Amino acid sequence: MLTYTVRRILALIPVLIGMTLVVFAIIHAIPGNPAQVILGQRATQEAVANLTAQLGLDRPWYIQYFDYIKSLLHGDLGVSLETRLPINEEIWPYLAATLELTIVAMIIAIVIGVNAGIISAWFSNSWFDYTAMILALIGVSMPIFWLGLMEQWAFSIELGWLPTTGREDVRDPITAITNLYMIDTLLQGNFTQFITVIKHLILPSIALATIPMAIIARMTRATMLEVMKSDYIRTARAKGLRMFWVVYKHSLKNAIIPVLTVIGLQTGLLLGGAILTETIFSWPGIGRYLYDAIGYRDYPVIQSGILIIAAIFVLINLIVDLLYVIVDPRIKFTK
Amino acid sequence: MKKKSFTLLLISLLAISMFLVGCNSKSSSESDGKKEPATSNGSKKDTLVYGRGGDSTSLDPITTTEGEAFKVTENIFETLLEYGEKDTTVQPGLAEKWEPSEDGLTYTFHLRQGVKFHDGTDFNAEAVVFNFDRWMNGDEEKFPYYTMFGGYKADEGHVIKEVKALDEYTVQFVLKRPQAPFLKNLAMSPFGIASPEAVKKWGDDFRSHPVGTGPFKFVEWKKKDRIVVEKNPDYWQEGLPKLNKIIFRVIPENAARLNALSKGEIDVMDGLNNSDEATVKSDDKLQIIERPSMNVGYIGLTNTRKPFDNKLVRQAINYAIDKKSIIDAFYGGKALPAKNPMPPSIEGYNDAIEEYPYDLEKAKALLKEAGYEKGFKMDLWAMPVARPYMPEAQKVAEVIQESLSKIGVTAEIKSVDWATYLEKATKGEFDAFMLGWTGDNGDPDNFIYTLLDKDAIGSNNYSYYSNDELHNILIEAQTETDQAKRNELYKKAQEIIHDDAPWVPLVHSTPLLAASKDVLNYIPHPTGSECLSKVEFK
Repeated sequence: MLTYTVRRILALIPVLIGMTLVVFAIIHAIPGNPAQVILGQRATQEAVANLTAQLGLDRPWYIQYFDYIKSLLHGDLGVSLETRLPINEEIWPYLAATLELTIVAMIIAIVIGVNAGIISAWFSNSWFDYTAMILALIGVSMPIFWLGLMEQWAFSIELGWLPTTGREDVRDPITAITNLYMIDTLLQGNFTQFITVIKHLILPSIALATIPMAIIARMTRATMLEVMKSDYIRTARAKGLRMFWVVYKHSLKNAIIPVLTVIGLQTGLLLGGAILTETIFSWPGIGRYLYDAIGYRDYPVIQSGILIIAAIFVLINLIVDLLYVIVDPRIKFTK
Repeated sequence: MKKKSFTLLLISLLAISMFLVGCNSKSSSESDGKKEPATSNGSKKDTLVYGRGGDSTSLDPITTTEGEAFKVTENIFETLLEYGEKDTTVQPGLAEKWEPSEDGLTYTFHLRQGVKFHDGTDFNAEAVVFNFDRWMNGDEEKFPYYTMFGGYKADEGHVIKEVKALDEYTVQFVLKRPQAPFLKNLAMSPFGIASPEAVKKWGDDFRSHPVGTGPFKFVEWKKKDRIVVEKNPDYWQEGLPKLNKIIFRVIPENAARLNALSKGEIDVMDGLNNSDEATVKSDDKLQIIERPSMNVGYIGLTNTRKPFDNKLVRQAINYAIDKKSIIDAFYGGKALPAKNPMPPSIEGYNDAIEEYPYDLEKAKALLKEAGYEKGFKMDLWAMPVARPYMPEAQKVAEVIQESLSKIGVTAEIKSVDWATYLEKATKGEFDAFMLGWTGDNGDPDNFIYTLLDKDAIGSNNYSYYSNDELHNILIEAQTETDQAKRNELYKKAQEIIHDDAPWVPLVHSTPLLAASKDVLNYIPHPTGSECLSKVEFK
């Protein structure tokens, strides 16, 4: 398994390099010149041309690309055109914010999604099954944008339970250590702030969790139904085994493999697709960081941001593949 | 074994999440009640949270032209001269008194004494000289707004010959030729006087470590999230600032920002949609703040592209657009229909000009005369972003499209992201497009020359309008120091522009802010950014 893991990790390198090439080509194909954006509406053409040259954006694209790869191999993600700061230094707080949000969202999606799927399958064609699947259908098709605003309206303004936006109470700011605020507040032993962080997380993570939750629920239900038709489950049930054990001990392990795949894919999608949620809830995450960078034509930030998300995405896939074996030892790694 | 632990994990996660939701709803209803003020110990509120749509790009005001930057730097830096509280008249700032020479070539400023920068160094004549030297030795990439003084040190057009310290608190500016808006320019936010020591210490990084003499000191900048400034205890104006701290928070989405205001998470919100005005008014905890109008929203007609190279066609389009109904529908009635390229609040506004009325028959007749009896097809470009002068460009475009169809002109509405939009406009690639401008210094030159002179083609003259007669008038007005004569020149300029009709001037809008009812003394400034030193809570 170790050789397999190492082999898989090595195979990621060409994938990521290919990825940089695609991203590079695409962002350089979008019209719009960073120099123009930086200098703003009142700039003269001459100034724009000067700055373009100064930023090295007038060189042939393949030279720019090789320069970029060269510094990337030295672990240098480049310098943001907007803030003039090294991306290495400034990207982590955004990434941490998104990771925290995504992890909480995925936990919600998995816990509720898997269990709803199991119960629906067990009591298939019952009222619970119908309700859950209709809700799942609504969940998949609901615009996050609208959902987010409705959540704010209902839970913040009308009920007054939860804050509308941000990660913390700005009047009582959190001292960042890891930038994962749940951990930071616990490290500082500040339970009040920990609760504040949780409160800020609830609405955006539910908004973000809705779609994967619905997809996971539907997937779990489908595979569970498949498994429960099989002979050994019928035997187990005939033996009078309690439902709980039939489901969680016998059925789930066989049903979970496709669900794991879906979970892996959805996690990756969430990481990159959190932009809308982050905008509505004013969450200073990587999605917003990238979105602003695109508006600003901040090429180095766009390239590096997408590259990091892509790297996490392929890593998650790798973890999912490794999990297959843990869940189901019948799966063997082959060369 | 492994499966069992997986199951246990799932169950425990479920339990934990249930617990958290449960304990949360309990504690929140106690501590987070809607009507509770946001103070911790019952004392008077002294921290203002200001919600806005975008983050600053730099906190060194001279390095940017982005309006969001000045909203913060206005509070950290002060300029030699200031604008009036509600207008752009020139008032004393860091300079208490000033004397222009007869010929308008030298200005002597007497500086306020005993003022200190936030880093404890003294503000004096040397500091002023240092700042101007820094700017004039730069270039447009570093200090874009310095072009207000006609270029940089080596440039022929540069107005300032030298800035010298006569004694510790007297500075003299020697100009190469008179510049009419010189004093107004000095009062612009980008020309905030920075601490020379801090500039030397931080170098290029001064943009994230601003040090000025203003009422608030910079504390923290968490990018895309918030900027925190706190009271400057040594501020020279007695009793100011009233607030202890201001937190500028970024909440990009207008609706979410309004939600945060209703919830009390922010105290002031910038950029309220006109359509949300009624919601704010119906909430007895909130108030509306109206910013005096100093902007223009317009439809530019690219004068070098067919058929807009024909004056009659441009006039016809002017007759075919019903500004009144656009204002009622999309500005909540809160805007003036525009007939000139600058708003009436600016000196030199020509009120004698008669607006092109909404008259489709007249428009058709003009098209016929121009040889376009059967109409034509065109692209109408709508801005992808909301600006105070154009909150809902797409919808306005649809109304205009409908109007134009009545005179046989088929307009296809197009849009593209903002960066590309500006680039295409700069290159003159649009037939017709929506844009606007908020004034920098309240001078007519800042509207008419900046937006419509032939020199500005390739920068802000997106309609590629060029008229030599107009150009001569505008250049003359730039050096004329007699204000009455200048006003006459600008009035003439507006006549020429009205007749040539390079645009359809649409509106001068009144931008709206909303605030919690207990916010007092918030005085919005027409330039779009204001110092908050007098703001306090009830």
